[in-house]
Amino acid sequence: MSDLPDATRQGAKPLGRLEAAEVTRPSRWHAAWDSDLSYNFRRSPVAMVAAAVTLLLVLSAVFAPLIAPTNPFDPASLNLMNGFSQPGVANQFTGDTFLMGTDDQGRDVFSTILYGMRISLFVGVMAVLLAMVLGISLGLIAGYVGGLTDAVIMRVADVQLTFPSILVALLIFGIARGVIPIEYRDQMAIWVLILAIGLSDWVQFARVVRGATLVERGKEYVQAARLIGRGSGAIMVRHILPNVLSPVLVIATISLALAIIAEATLSFLGVGAPPTQPSLGTLIRIGQDFLFSGEWWILFFPACTLLALALSVNLLGDWLRDALNPKLND
Amino acid sequence: MVAYIVRRMLQSILVLLVVGLVAFSMFRFVGDPIEQLLGQERTQADVDRLREALGLNDPFPVQYFDFLVRAVQGDFGISYRQSRPVADIIAERLPATLELALISGLLAVTLGIALGVFTAIRRRGVAANVIMSTSLIGVSLPTFLIGILLIYVFGVQLRWLPTFGRGDVVDLGWWSTGLLTESGLKSLILPAITLGLYQMTLIMRLVRAEMLEVLRQDYIRFARARGLRSRAINFRHALKNTMVPVITVTGLQLGSIIAFAIITETVFQWPGVGLLFINAVQFVDIPVMAAYLMLISVMFVLINLIVDLLYVWVDPRLRIDGKTA
Amino acid sequence: MVDVNHRLTIDDLTVEFPTRRKLFTAVDDATLTVEPGEIHGLVGESGAGKSTIGAAIMGLLDRPGRIAHGTIRLGDREISGLDQAAMQDLRGREISMIFQDPLTSLNPLFTVGEQLVETITAHLNLNAQQARRRAVDLLDRVGIPEPGRRVDQYPHQFSGGMRQRVVIALALCSEPEVIIADEPTTALDVSIQAQILDLIRELARERQVGVILITHDMGVIAETTDRVTVMYAGAIVESGPTVQILGQPQHPYTKSLIAAVPRPGLKLHRFPQISYGGRETTFKIEDLARNWPVQPATDGPLLQVQGITKRFLDKNSLIPSRRRYFTAVDDVSFDIRPGEVFGLVGESGSGKSTIARMIAGLYGMDAGRVLFDGTPIEDDVDGYRRQVQMIFQDPYSSLNPRHRVDAIVAEPALHLGVIPRAQVKDRVAELLDRVGLGAEAGLKYPHEFSGGQRQRISIARALATQPRFLICDEPTSALDVSIQAQILNILKDLQEHLGLTMLFISHDLPVVRQMCDRVGVLKDGALVEVAETAQLFGAPQHDYTKELIRLMPKTDLLSDEGLGSAAE
Repeated sequence: MSDLPDATRQGAKPLGRLEAAEVTRPSRWHAAWDSDLSYNFRRSPVAMVAAAVTLLLVLSAVFAPLIAPTNPFDPASLNLMNGFSQPGVANQFTGDTFLMGTDDQGRDVFSTILYGMRISLFVGVMAVLLAMVLGISLGLIAGYVGGLTDAVIMRVADVQLTFPSILVALLIFGIARGVIPIEYRDQMAIWVLILAIGLSDWVQFARVVRGATLVERGKEYVQAARLIGRGSGAIMVRHILPNVLSPVLVIATISLALAIIAEATLSFLGVGAPPTQPSLGTLIRIGQDFLFSGEWWILFFPACTLLALALSVNLLGDWLRDALNPKLND
Repeated sequence: MVAYIVRRMLQSILVLLVVGLVAFSMFRFVGDPIEQLLGQERTQADVDRLREALGLNDPFPVQYFDFLVRAVQGDFGISYRQSRPVADIIAERLPATLELALISGLLAVTLGIALGVFTAIRRRGVAANVIMSTSLIGVSLPTFLIGILLIYVFGVQLRWLPTFGRGDVVDLGWWSTGLLTESGLKSLILPAITLGLYQMTLIMRLVRAEMLEVLRQDYIRFARARGLRSRAINFRHALKNTMVPVITVTGLQLGSIIAFAIITETVFQWPGVGLLFINAVQFVDIPVMAAYLMLISVMFVLINLIVDLLYVWVDPRLRIDGKTA
Repeated sequence: MVDVNHRLTIDDLTVEFPTRRKLFTAVDDATLTVEPGEIHGLVGESGAGKSTIGAAIMGLLDRPGRIAHGTIRLGDREISGLDQAAMQDLRGREISMIFQDPLTSLNPLFTVGEQLVETITAHLNLNAQQARRRAVDLLDRVGIPEPGRRVDQYPHQFSGGMRQRVVIALALCSEPEVIIADEPTTALDVSIQAQILDLIRELARERQVGVILITHDMGVIAETTDRVTVMYAGAIVESGPTVQILGQPQHPYTKSLIAAVPRPGLKLHRFPQISYGGRETTFKIEDLARNWPVQPATDGPLLQVQGITKRFLDKNSLIPSRRRYFTAVDDVSFDIRPGEVFGLVGESGSGKSTIARMIAGLYGMDAGRVLFDGTPIEDDVDGYRRQVQMIFQDPYSSLNPRHRVDAIVAEPALHLGVIPRAQVKDRVAELLDRVGLGAEAGLKYPHEFSGGQRQRISIARALATQPRFLICDEPTSALDVSIQAQILNILKDLQEHLGLTMLFISHDLPVVRQMCDRVGVLKDGALVEVAETAQLFGAPQHDYTKELIRLMPKTDLLSDEGLGSAAE
C-alpha cells in the first residue's frame, strides 16, 4: 500500500498517461486488429473455420462462371451420353470424368452446384437486406415515436409472428402466383422468392431494434440532442441507429442462414426457384428422385453444400452473439 | 387478472378478423373466382347468375361479413381443383396432421426442455458442449433433408420402417387414427422425428439461453449466499423463472409445428392438411388456401390463449395487483 | 468477553482476475478482523475492491476471479479453502449476505414465506409448521407489520424498504455469526436508509453478530460503524476505530477522501484541493471568462416558473374517463434570479427531474408556463435553446458512445448555429483544454474516459453555445466523492466567473448546502418550502423539511483538516 504509483492501476486513468498515449495513437487497422472482437475471433478456431468456409463458398459462387468446368445452362455443352456419370469415374460412353458426377441430362453436378449457390446466396442476401431495411426502419420508428404508431406496428408484428415464416412465405408466394400472369411466373420467381422470404423475416429485426431503441431513447445523450432541438429523424438516424446495430448484426447473420434454408425449402417444395434457374433446393428436389435408384451423388453433393453453407453462417452468427455479449461468458 | 384475459381474448378475435380479411381478400381478388368455377363454355347469363349467387355484386364489407358468417359455420366454398366442399376435404385430412403434430410436439417440448436445462447447468461440461455443437447442425439442417436422410437410412437401406403414408388407420367415425394399429404407429415414427427434431433444437437452445440469463440474476446470487442447495436453486428458482419466457416461445413453436408439417408431409407423402395446402399453392386453389389459413390461425389463437393462461398461473405479478405497503 | 470462536479473520488476502491484457489484482494483501457484535465498515471508491472482499468471504467470486493467496478464517477454522459442498453448508448458516438492490434480490415468482421457509429448512432441522412460525417471527423481528398475513405475499407486493427488510430476514434465517452487507441502503431513499441502518445496528448488538458493512458513503460509516477500513485500488490504506480514522486520518488518501465529503453544517467556498493518485487536473476558468460574452443586465428574475403541472398516464384505457393519471408535478412555481444557483431537493419520485425536463423543454406541460427573461419559452424556442444548457446525471449515458468527443461537444453549437462553422473546431479544442482534458481528447471516444472526465466533456458541451442558464440534474450523484468535489468546484467557478445562472437538482442535502443560494423542497410533486440556503438548514419551517434535515448523515466525527482555510 505504500507504493503510490502502483495504486493508480485500477482507478481512473491518470490524465497525463492518456495524453502521452495520444502521441502514438494506433492506426485504424491496428485498432481493429487489437479490438476485443478481433481478439476473440483469433482465439476461436470454430469461428475461423466457419469464416473460411463461408468465404470460400461465397467466392466460388461469385466466380462460378470462371470456376465451373461447364455451363450447365448452355444446352450446347450438354451431352446426354454423359448422363448419370459417377463422381470421379470416367463415363463409360464418352470417357469424360466429372468431379461430382452428372445428372440424368448429363449436366455436371459440380457446375450446377456452383451456379445453384449463386441463386441461393443471392436470394438469401437480398431477402435479409429487405427484411433488415424494413425491420430497422419500423423498429426505430415504433421504439422512438411510441404511442399509437408503436402499438400498430408491433400488433402487426405480433400477428405475423404467430405465423411461421415459412407459411407466410408460402402465402405470399401463392398470392403472387395468382396475381402474376403465367408467362411471367418463371421470370419473376426469384424476385417473388426474395419478397416472400424478406417479408416473412422483418419482424425479428423490428422487435430487436425496437427493444434497443426503447433503451437508448431513455438515455441522456438523446435528451441532450432533443434539448438543442434536434429533429426526431436526425436523432433516430444519427444518434440511436449506430447504437442499436450490434444486435442487428447478429440477427442478420442468423437470418441469412435461415433465409438460405427457407429458400431451399420453398424450392424443394416446388414453389421456389424455377427449373430454369435451379438453386440448391431445386437440385436437392431433383436429386431426391434418383436417390432411391442408386444415383446418390445427384442429391448428396448439393445437400452437403447447403449444409456447409448454412452451418458455417450459423456458427458465425452464434460466435458473433457470444462475442458481442461478453456477459454470456461469465 | 380477468381484465387481462378478456383483453387477450379480444385481441385474439381481432387477429382472427384480420386474418379473415386477408383470406377473404385472397379469395376475392387473386384470380377470378368465376373463371375458376366456370369452364370455357360459359354464357354471360351463367356468369351473371353465378356472380349474383356468390354475392360478388354486393359491396365489399357485406361480402366480407357473409364470408365470415359462412366461415364460422364451416363453409369455405368449393375447391377449384377437386370441385368438392373445402370443409369436407379438410375434415378428412385434419386428423393425420394433428396426430403427427401432437406426437412431434411432445417429443420437442419434453426433450427440448430437458436438454436445455442440462446444457445450462453443466455449461462447461463436455457433454453439454457436444450437445450444443450438434444442435447447431440440427438448426442448419433443413427439415426436408432430415426427412430424406431418415428415409434413406431407415427406409431404403435398413428397411425397418415405412417411408410414406400413414399405414393402416382406424376410422372412429369423425376421426381416423393411426395410433391404434402397428403399421400406423410405425409409419408415424420417421415423420414425427423429422418434424420434432428442428423444433426440439430451437426449444433446447432457447431454454438454455433463458436459464443462463436467469442464473445471472441477483436473486440467484442471493439464493446461493443463503446456502440453498444447488438442486433447489437450479430446479426450483431458476427453472420456474426460466419457464416464463419459455412458455411463450414454446407456444409459438407448437404453432409452427403445424405449419412445418407442410414440409414433412411433402417428404413422407403424409395425407394431412399440409400436403393439401402445398398442392393448393401450386395450383392456386384459393378457397383451400383461405380455409387453411383460417384453420391455422384459429389453432394459433387457441394455443396463444392457453399460453396466456399458463403465464398467469406461473407469474404472480399478473395474478395479484402490486399493492405496495 | 470477546468471543474468539466467532471472530472473522482475513489475512493477507489477494484476489486476482486474469484478463486478456494483464493480471488484474482486485484485492491486494488485505488483512482485517471482525469481532462478534461489531459493525466493521469497509469504505472506498468504486473499484477499490471492497465488494470483492465480501464475495471472496462467501466463496462467490465471479469468474475468472480467484484467491491468489491469504486466508479467511471463522474462529480458528479456515474457510477460504473449503470445497463447494462445505461452503454451501456454511453460507446462510454461519455467514449471510445482504445485497444492494432489494428489487432484484428476491425471486419474483415465490412468496416471501416460501423463500424464508426453504432457507430455514435448508439449515435448521425444523418441520414445515415450525419453519413457517419462525418465518413469521423473523418478519416481525425486522419490523414488517402484519407478518402473519404478509408472509404469503409475493415480493412485488412490498415496497423497496420493506423488501430490504425481507432480505435481512432471509439473511437471519439460521442465526448467522457474520453478515456481509454490500451497500445495503444505496438503492433506498434517505428516510428508509436510516431505518434499515438502525435495524442492522440493533441486530448486531442484540445477537452479537459481526457485520461487514460495505459502502462508499462516509456518512453511513460515521453513523453506523464501530471500526472502519479504508481501501484504495485494492489495498487497505488505513484501518481502526471509526472515531479515530474519521477524526484523525493518517494516510493522505483517507485525508483527501474525508476532505471531499460535503458537510451539512458547514458551507465551503471551494472543496480543498487535496489530490491523491494523480487524478487532479486543472480547470482553466479565467481563460474561458476572457472570451465570454458579458451577461446582459436583467432587472427581474431570469427564469420564472408559474404553476407548472405534469401528469403521466398511469393506466390506459380506451374510455377516457377510465384512464388513471399520476400527477408527477403539481402546480409548482418559483423564480430564479440572474447569477443565482437555485436548488431543488426531494426524494425519488418527488418530481424534481420532471421539473428540470419541463424547464428544458423536453416534456410538455399540462398547465402553467415558464418565462425566460420575461418571455414565455414557447414564444422564442430557438432563442431559448441557445441560452439554456443541461448537465445530466449519468456520465455513462449522457455522451453518445458512437460519436467522437469533438463531434459531441460541437453538436449544440453547430446545430443552433451560434458560432460560424469555421470556428467550431477551434472552439471545441479550446473548451476541451479549458475543462482540463486537453484538445487531443476530441479525437477519442467517450469509453476511453473515466466518469469524472466524461462529466467534464458534458460541461464542455454545455458551454459550447455560451449559455446563460444551466440546468444541472443530479450532476454528481453517479460519481465518487472525490470526483464529485472536483465537479462541484468547477460548477462553482462557472457561476462565479461566467455569471451563469443555475438550477441545481439533487437528492443530497449536504451537496445542495454547498452549491445553492436558495433551495426549494419538493414532496410528491409539490413545492413545500422555498428559502435561502442558510435559513433552510438553520431554521426549516415545514415538517417535511425538518424531517429531511434530521435524517441527514451526521458528519461531526469527520476531521476538519484542510477545510478551515476554505470555509466561508
